[in-house]
Amino acid sequence: MIQFFNVSKEFPRTGLALSEATFRLHKGEFAFLTGPSGAGKSTILRLAYFEERPTTGEVRVSGMSSSELRASEVSKLRRRLGIVFQDFRLLEDRTSEANVAFALEVIGTPRAQIAPRVNRALTQVGLAAKAKAFPRELSGGEQQRVAIARALVNDPLALIADEPTGNLDERATRSVFQLLRDINSAGTAVLMATHDLDLVRRTDYRTIELDHGKIVFDSTETRPAVGERP
Amino acid sequence: MRIAFRDALFAFRKAPLLSALSVSTIAFSLFAFALFGLVALNIKQALDSVEERVEIRAFVADGTPVEDIVNAALEIGRYGEVQSATLVTQDQALARARKELGEFSDVFEPGVLPASIDIKLKPGSRDPRSVGKVAARVRTIAFVDDVRYGEEWISQLHRLRNIAGVTGLALGLAFAVVAVIIIGATIRMTVLARSKEISIMRLVGATDGFIRRPFLIEGFAKGVLGGLLALLLTFVASATLEHYLHFRALFFDDRLVAFGIAGGALIGLFGSGYAVGRHLRRV
Repeated sequence: MIQFFNVSKEFPRTGLALSEATFRLHKGEFAFLTGPSGAGKSTILRLAYFEERPTTGEVRVSGMSSSELRASEVSKLRRRLGIVFQDFRLLEDRTSEANVAFALEVIGTPRAQIAPRVNRALTQVGLAAKAKAFPRELSGGEQQRVAIARALVNDPLALIADEPTGNLDERATRSVFQLLRDINSAGTAVLMATHDLDLVRRTDYRTIELDHGKIVFDSTETRPAVGERP
Repeated sequence: MRIAFRDALFAFRKAPLLSALSVSTIAFSLFAFALFGLVALNIKQALDSVEERVEIRAFVADGTPVEDIVNAALEIGRYGEVQSATLVTQDQALARARKELGEFSDVFEPGVLPASIDIKLKPGSRDPRSVGKVAARVRTIAFVDDVRYGEEWISQLHRLRNIAGVTGLALGLAFAVVAVIIIGATIRMTVLARSKEISIMRLVGATDGFIRRPFLIEGFAKGVLGGLLALLLTFVASATLEHYLHFRALFFDDRLVAFGIAGGALIGLFGSGYAVGRHLRRV
């Protein structure tokens, strides 16, 4: 699904952000990326959705290689992924349903299909009743749910989440995390960067720990992937 | 395309002040350019009307048969540079002189003034070189005594036209460049105001072409509106000046009006395309 082969990323101003990272996220797997700020978690995610290209090494996502895919073709890759951020990144002047529909409209989904798919995605995240609400009328947890609905509406193979609970209180964190688990249970791989070690300890999902741009721990050898568990 | 039109309209409604600012910036930039154009157009017209008076007068020897002069005039009329060649008989020359000199009309007696062939030149052939060439050719006709064409005056007129042309071109280019820079900066502001939307579009898999489209439509529409507003402002300014300064100024013809509006539309279109393209390359 997502494969990193000896991937290093160096930025001209800040230097080495990731060093020789190698791991593979399997289909249907859930994995945490943990580590202190600046450890390279977000860099791994940005490389996974081809916002950045490796300085050396190769990233392969759903059969597409970072060394072969042209910039103009990145949109094809993004349509197979769902991406969620700490700051939700919703359009403030559009309702929940318009924010979710936006993801379908921009990839040319036929008009007739948009409304039912948006409704399904909002139902999946438990926000069908707030379809007409604007982001400012929603709580942080609800906004993140709308962002997750937007990420899910294209039926992605994997969900990439960068600190999705970082801005939420304890209750909303639990609720959003449960939603991500449900999504994973339905077969979507999840790669989630988080600072929240309590969240990590609460489950037995795979954990990839980073420090100073290096993978210092990967529990994949000791814990089987979700899809492989009995 | 439907979504692109909807998004372009949405952008107008979402940020009406910014949209109005873009349209008025385009309008005022084009207005400044149009005002300059109008001044240049009127100077050109004034110079053209002065230049129309460029004329070669070939004086004919006394006693030349009228048929010979008529044939020569017909021959001269066939020169590529010549617009018309007219025979002026001695009597006609006398009448003209008396008319032009008014109170001194009685100083001329019949037969004093020679007959002539008055030659007018085509536009584009009124420069000193062409005039001199035609004059030299006419001078070779056997019965032509003398050829006059105000060599000094034509040279000065030509120099003035060249100075006006070069100055006009340089100022016009400077105005156009300033207009493009100001318009470009305004359009860039509208792109930056929507940078979050652009980044989300990219994240959910929109192609760069799809992202560009509403901006191109918006830029085109703003360019057309700006062009129309600039035209209106120029017309009002021209009419006001005519009213208070009591002169009749030349205004742009339909072709130039269409050219101006199309120019505004193209600046809006390419300015938006450039600004959004630059933004997409950076993010």
